Amino acid sequence: MKTLIPILAWLALSAMASIFFGNELLNEELKPNFLPNETSHGHYQIELKCNACHTPNMGIKENACLDCHQQDLKDGQDSHPATKFNDPRNFEMVQNLDGRKCITCHSEHVPHSTSKMGLTLPSDFCMECHQDIGEERESHKGLDFTSCATAGCHNYHDNRALYEDFLVEHYGEDPHLHTASEISINKKIAKNKQLFEHDSPELPNPQILHDWSSTAHAAAGVNCRDCHQSEENTAWTDKVPLETCQNCHQTQTDSFKQGRHGMRLDVGLPAMKVGDARLEMKVQAAHREVNCISCHNDHRFNLRTAAMDACLKCHNDAHSLNYKKSPHYTYWRIDSEMQEFNKGVSCATCHMPRIKKNGKVIVDHNQNNNLRPNEKMIRSACMKCHGLEFSINALADPELIKHNFNKAPSKKIKSLEWAKQRE
Amino acid sequence: MKFIKTTCLTLALAAAFFSSCNKPAETAAPATVEASVKPQKMADALFAVMKGTRTAYTKHVIKYLGKTKKILKPHEQWEDKENGVMLPAQMFRYGRDLAMEQNPGFTYSLQSEWPINKQNAPKTPMEKDGLKFIGANPGKNFYGTEDLGGKKFYTAVYPDVAVSDACIDCHNDHKDSPRTDFIMGEVMGGVVIRIPMN
Repeated sequence: MKTLIPILAWLALSAMASIFFGNELLNEELKPNFLPNETSHGHYQIELKCNACHTPNMGIKENACLDCHQQDLKDGQDSHPATKFNDPRNFEMVQNLDGRKCITCHSEHVPHSTSKMGLTLPSDFCMECHQDIGEERESHKGLDFTSCATAGCHNYHDNRALYEDFLVEHYGEDPHLHTASEISINKKIAKNKQLFEHDSPELPNPQILHDWSSTAHAAAGVNCRDCHQSEENTAWTDKVPLETCQNCHQTQTDSFKQGRHGMRLDVGLPAMKVGDARLEMKVQAAHREVNCISCHNDHRFNLRTAAMDACLKCHNDAHSLNYKKSPHYTYWRIDSEMQEFNKGVSCATCHMPRIKKNGKVIVDHNQNNNLRPNEKMIRSACMKCHGLEFSINALADPELIKHNFNKAPSKKIKSLEWAKQRE
Repeated sequence: MKFIKTTCLTLALAAAFFSSCNKPAETAAPATVEASVKPQKMADALFAVMKGTRTAYTKHVIKYLGKTKKILKPHEQWEDKENGVMLPAQMFRYGRDLAMEQNPGFTYSLQSEWPINKQNAPKTPMEKDGLKFIGANPGKNFYGTEDLGGKKFYTAVYPDVAVSDACIDCHNDHKDSPRTDFIMGEVMGGVVIRIPMN
C-alpha cells in the first residue's frame, strides 16, 4: 500500500499534466502560450501555424522561407542569391555573413533585435563584404554603413529601380512626367452571353438585382447560381466562399493569398479579421473578415470603391487618414467626377498596381509586394507619373509618407548625381 | 555442463545471426570496383559543353539575330530594353545560377584579371595562378587541387578567348573596365571549374 500511493499519485499528476498540455497544444486559442516570443510584423498572422515554418521537431524547414518568398526574389532579380555564397571560392565571405541562409539576416521570435524588413542583424551588415567601397568610390568615402539601405540608395535583394545605369538613364527627369492614368483592365465581355434574367430561386432584393445586372458579371454571363450554388449538393447558399471567386479569378486570388490580407488562408488558417491587424484600424471595423467581398462590394463589384473607399473603411493610420488631404486624392476625385475610370491616384494605384504579365493586365492583390523596402514601389507605382529622382526623394522621407505626399519632397538623395558623375 | 554448452552455442548462434543482420548489404556482397571518371576528364567535358553553348549563343543569337538581322538588341540591361537580350557573358552566368539551384556538386565561374565587376576577379591562390598561366600560355589549360573551407577541390582553369566584337567592344568601352585594349583572339579571362574531391 505504501508503494502504491506514490505510484497512483504520479499517474494522476501525469494524466493531469497530459490533459493540460494536450489541451493547450490542440486548442488554437491557447496555442500562443507555446510561442517562444513575439513573431515579426511579416509573420505574426501565421504564427499559430507552426508547421508552416517548422519541422515536427521544431527545427526549421529547409524551404520554409522560399516556399513563400521565392517568386518575389526571382521577380526582384535578387542581387544576393544564395548561389553567390554557395561557391567555395566565397567561403571567406560566408564566414563573415552566411548569405546561404535567410535566417542569417531574418531570424524569427526575436522581437528585441528585429528592425524594419524583419532584419535581425545590425543595420551596418553591408560592411562585412563591402568595406573597401570608400576606396573604390570617392563619393562613398566616409559614409556610414548604416546608411547603405536606408537612404534610397541600395537594397540587399531588389535593386531594379536603383542600379547605376537606371539612375543615369532617368537622371534629370521632371518631377511630374505623366498624368495619372492606369492601364485598362481587360474585361471579358461577350455580347452573346449577356444576361438579362436572373436564376435565383426567389426574387432578389431590387438593389441586388440592379447591381448585378449592371456589372461585368451579368455582361459576361455569370448568373446568381454560378456563385450562390454549393459545389457539394448544388443547393442555394447565401455565403460565397473564396474558392468560388478563385474559379474564375485565379491570379487575383493567388496574389491575395500571398499578401497580408490573405496569407492566413494560404496556410489553412481562418481568414484574417481586421481586429487582428497590428496596424491602426478603425474600431468599428474590428469584427470584419478580410476576403474578396470585403473590398469588392458583393453584387456591385465597383473597382473605384475597391481601390480606395474599401481601404479607408478599415485603415486608420496617419498615412491613410491623410490621403483625402493629398494632391493624389484631388486627382482621384476630379477624375471620378468626370467619369474617367482609369485615372486618378487611389490607394490601389500604389499598393495594388496594375501590371502587364504575359500580355495580360493583372491587378497585383499582394499589396505587400512593393511595400517594403518602399523603393520597390518606384517602378511599379511612382514612375507611372513621376520622375525617378522625385520618387526616390519622396520615398526616403518618412514624414512626407506620413502626410501622404502632401507637398514636394524636401529630402535630396545624391545617388543620381553620383551615378551621373561617374558616367 | 550440457546446459552451459547448449546455452553458449545458442548465444553464439544468436550473436552470429544478429551480427549478420546488422551488416551492411554491400559488405556481404563481393566487392566491386566502381567505374569512375577522373576529375580532369570530367572538368574538360563540362567545359566543352559550356564553351559550345556560349559559342552557339554568341554566333546565332548575338551576331546573327542581333548584329546582322537587327531583330534583337544585346545589352547589359537587356531586361529594361525593348527587344533586349543578354550578353554572352551574362548568359553564361544566368545559366550557371540556374544550374547551381540544382546543386550539381561542382561549381564554375567566369573570371578575369581585368574584371568589370570586381567580384569576378580571381580570389584564391589557385585562381590567381591559373589565370596568369592561361594568359601566358595560349591554348593551354591549368589544373590543380586546392583546400577551401576545410574541403579539397580539383580546380581547372580554361582560357576565355575574345571570339566576337561584342566581347571586346563591351569590355573596352565599359567605364568600370580596368583594361580597354582587348583585341580579337586574346585571352580575356578564364572559366574556373571546381570539383569536390571527397
